[in-house]
Amino acid sequence: MSPRAAWRLETLGFTDVYEYSAGKSDWGAYGLPLEGKAKFARIKDITRPDVPTCGIDDTVAIARERSKDWGTCIVVNAERVVLGRMFKKELAGDPDAGVADVMRPGPSTFRPNVSAIEMLEYMDRNRLDRAPVTTSDGRLVGLVLREDAERAAGR
Amino acid sequence: MHKIVGREDVQRLMREGAQIVEVLPREEYEDEHLPGAISIALKELDAKSAAQLRRDRPVVVYCHDFQ
Repeated sequence: MSPRAAWRLETLGFTDVYEYSAGKSDWGAYGLPLEGKAKFARIKDITRPDVPTCGIDDTVAIARERSKDWGTCIVVNAERVVLGRMFKKELAGDPDAGVADVMRPGPSTFRPNVSAIEMLEYMDRNRLDRAPVTTSDGRLVGLVLREDAERAAGR
Repeated sequence: MHKIVGREDVQRLMREGAQIVEVLPREEYEDEHLPGAISIALKELDAKSAAQLRRDRPVVVYCHDFQ
């Protein structure tokens, strides 16, 4: 649609025209703000940014200490790109083990513009209570909790 | 000929005063749109609707994604 609009503007005599082909979807997936009267909640509005993180070179003891009551620790690099995830099982393992050796690599992540309803449907299908949220280039935004998604979706 | 740009270029163009135009149907614009964007649906894009745009400033058009 936007290519045709750009061409149409040129036929109307506009000479300085740009086409943002990735569009509104890309903008929202990167977590950038949108304006409007949308009645559905997006997970960017309920994502908890203070989720515990650790580095891939840390030990399980460090990840466990940071995870505290969260029951999970997200493994990120210096750019906050998500590399893996530690669940309760991994956090309860040998404290001297390296995170790199026990983490679950490549966890499922969700973009900030996913609706709370879509998030809940995915959580139901996959029996999840927590889900990491990242920008479209993989950087950690935070964690969505089922109870927050249920509240936002009006359940 | 128009240029295809990414998110960072759009942010820069916004700062430089570009006009941002969503060409999706009006209802979709009302739900959500880029900050400061105006609505001119593709089906309504003609000389009359385009008259609200300034020709001395850049124009960035977008829709939902690669449609």
